[in-house]
Amino acid sequence: MTEEPKQILQGTGKVLKEFSKKKENLVPILQQVQNQLGYIPREAMLEIADYLGIPDMDVYSVVTFYNQFRRNPPGKHSIRVCLGTACHMKGGYIVLDAWKRRLGIEQGGTTPDREFDLDTVACVGCCAMAPVTVVDTEVEGKTSPTRVDGILLSYKLEKEKGSKGKGKGKSKGKAKSKSNG
Amino acid sequence: MPEANAAFQQIKNDALDHVQRFYDGSKPVIMVGTATCGRAAGALEVLGVIRKALDKEHVDAAVLEVGCMGHCYAEPLVIINKPGHPAMAYGYVTPEIAQRLVRDYVIGEDPSLEFTLGALEENDLIPSIYDLPRYSYEQHIILTNCGYIDPEDIRQYIAKGGYEALDRALRMQPQEIVDEVRESGLRGRGGAGFPTWQKWEACRDAPSKPRYVICNGDEGDPGAFMDRAILESDPHQVIEGMVIAAYAVGARYGYIYVRAEYPLAVRRVQIALRQARSLGLLGRNILGSGFNFDIKLFQGSGAFVCGEETALIASIEGKPGIPRYRPPFPAVSGLHGKPTLIDNVKTLAYLPQIINNGSEWFAGIGTEGSRGTAVFALAGKVINTGLTEVPMGTTLRQIIFDIGGGIPNGKRFKAVQIGGPSGGCLPEAALDLPVDFDSLSEAGAMMGSGGMVVLDEDDCMVEVARYFLEFTQRESCGKCTMCRLGTKHMLEMLTDITQGRGRVEDMETLQELAEDIKAGSLCGLGKTAPNPILTTLKYFRDEYEAHIKEKRCPALMCHDLIAYYILPDKCERSCDACVGTCTVEAISSNRKGIKVIDQEKCVKCNTCLDACPPQYNAVIRLSPPELVPASKDKK
Repeated sequence: MTEEPKQILQGTGKVLKEFSKKKENLVPILQQVQNQLGYIPREAMLEIADYLGIPDMDVYSVVTFYNQFRRNPPGKHSIRVCLGTACHMKGGYIVLDAWKRRLGIEQGGTTPDREFDLDTVACVGCCAMAPVTVVDTEVEGKTSPTRVDGILLSYKLEKEKGSKGKGKGKSKGKAKSKSNG
Repeated sequence: MPEANAAFQQIKNDALDHVQRFYDGSKPVIMVGTATCGRAAGALEVLGVIRKALDKEHVDAAVLEVGCMGHCYAEPLVIINKPGHPAMAYGYVTPEIAQRLVRDYVIGEDPSLEFTLGALEENDLIPSIYDLPRYSYEQHIILTNCGYIDPEDIRQYIAKGGYEALDRALRMQPQEIVDEVRESGLRGRGGAGFPTWQKWEACRDAPSKPRYVICNGDEGDPGAFMDRAILESDPHQVIEGMVIAAYAVGARYGYIYVRAEYPLAVRRVQIALRQARSLGLLGRNILGSGFNFDIKLFQGSGAFVCGEETALIASIEGKPGIPRYRPPFPAVSGLHGKPTLIDNVKTLAYLPQIINNGSEWFAGIGTEGSRGTAVFALAGKVINTGLTEVPMGTTLRQIIFDIGGGIPNGKRFKAVQIGGPSGGCLPEAALDLPVDFDSLSEAGAMMGSGGMVVLDEDDCMVEVARYFLEFTQRESCGKCTMCRLGTKHMLEMLTDITQGRGRVEDMETLQELAEDIKAGSLCGLGKTAPNPILTTLKYFRDEYEAHIKEKRCPALMCHDLIAYYILPDKCERSCDACVGTCTVEAISSNRKGIKVIDQEKCVKCNTCLDACPPQYNAVIRLSPPELVPASKDKK
């Protein structure tokens, strides 16, 4: 439990070292912190406010104003459903419904196992391939509800394969951890 | 005018040397379009396959990544320039086709005409791409180099005449440049169409210092991607324009403001800035002229309102992007209270060519009030999605049907949405409008930054209005009451209408509220947010009425007003396509083997309609949902 705040402070400190204490650096600092940690936790906001010598509230207002910043930890994989005009007209909202249904979370949420997070994006500029979902960095064109199932299945299989592969490779380690447990 | 600057001449000669060595005619040159649109279609995979195939066969060929040619519908695009042959463009290239192109054309002699879009130069053997109907309407000024040069290599830009205008401008008086821009009739391409020279003069005449130049690349309109494509494909053109502008107004520092959602544009601009600096085209004492100017890149954090200039400035200052009252205009008091010139990416991109070719040349293109060309991003229900650059005054019909190729799948054109959330939807009757700043505003839409989304008979206009309102309502910064609360009320009303709870008087209220929001908002976001509603109410009133009075969605799009139904006499009994694909297991076979949808379970995801084989076409949508006959099966 104490591991996470420590990591946050370390990550934030690393970013702050590269910026001077000018208020106009606030947005670039936040962007870097998010790059480091995947989101902007409360502890990081306090740290940044302290460093720049500005009220905590100013940092919070900037974080909540801009769509780019997220305040909850991301999942291992990020799902971004494009809801640009072209995607919306070609059924992007149906795709978003399908993701919500399958992952059991709302837009902006992260699954409890922190495997996936779901959000929308205004437009990724791939209107020719609408409706589009961006999975991590991969742009999936022409996503349909069945494709959503397909994508999720491939991640599930990969995960199973991954854990099986690990199990095989480190069978001794696994046995050890079992006995420990 | 004195002779060309010796320092620049040296840079130019070096660049020409380098590029000539590259294209010395002894080996094929292969170009792959790897802008974001190409990448989404798999361009990086194609690039990898080509490199590997060439390597394996030990072929000496140059492979380079270029930007976007504008033919986004045909991505991934590959250009093969083989010595002794005309350069050829290939579209829809899959890894398999790429493999074949290397084998048959780069190594062999078969130009694989079945995959080609056309030759890129006139010749006697192969039809040229310029014979396509779109090229008789298009005129490329700022898209000239896009897709033909490597945006990560400044030497290719210089070899095409790049930075010549800067060299020329630095030997002119700043006032001469402002005069040139005034005579060219250039108006800002960010949407409002403000005369560019007026901003410049105001900024130059403002007494305090230092002055700033900001390039506005916060292209937030969903459905618009012109600025992204230009920054990804030819960033130096924009940088050169910025330095010229800075020289004309006497600015010392500059910012290029790019959305963080455009990571590739961010990277390519960063590389371009570094290269320009290393050649002395940016920074201290540019080309020995004694003029100092440097540019920083600033990443926007995803707020639509930051496209507004005072909000953009606030966000660079580290504050929430909230617009403020103007005047004072940023040209007088902008970033840190200093005179700041803010121009759109495209406006700045025109400058080098205006300086090179003269204001008369530019003023000779386009219409009386709107000079030059306009760049549009075509998307939605149109065959040739992508970018196009046409002289101002081209009609919507020419753009959508001749350049865009019309509506796919034999559907009927219904409307075109221009200018994103600030623009409006224009019906078929408006198709012969010439596209320029003034006639579009008269029709109730606006040029905006140039996004154009084509809608067909399957698109519900009330839903389109609701969609844009949802966007502007979310993006409203909350400063002005009318915009903050008014858009929310309008959104609630529209949502009610699309869900079958609309009342007849809503149309009247929407109209009134729309006018009030326009009057009571400070910035462009609020002033234009009602446009989608006003135009749809004006041109598609019958659709509002159908939703409100009959609880029916004529386009069969609004979820709450439609139901999916399987026609029993069309359903092929031994086929199970819909049952297997239904994502919520709502479809089952009845005693006779006919498929029935459980309306309670159905989430209206359209999968069964897609899955039903075209020879049966048994799945249909009905509106209102009560039209679905009661199931006889249940007893």
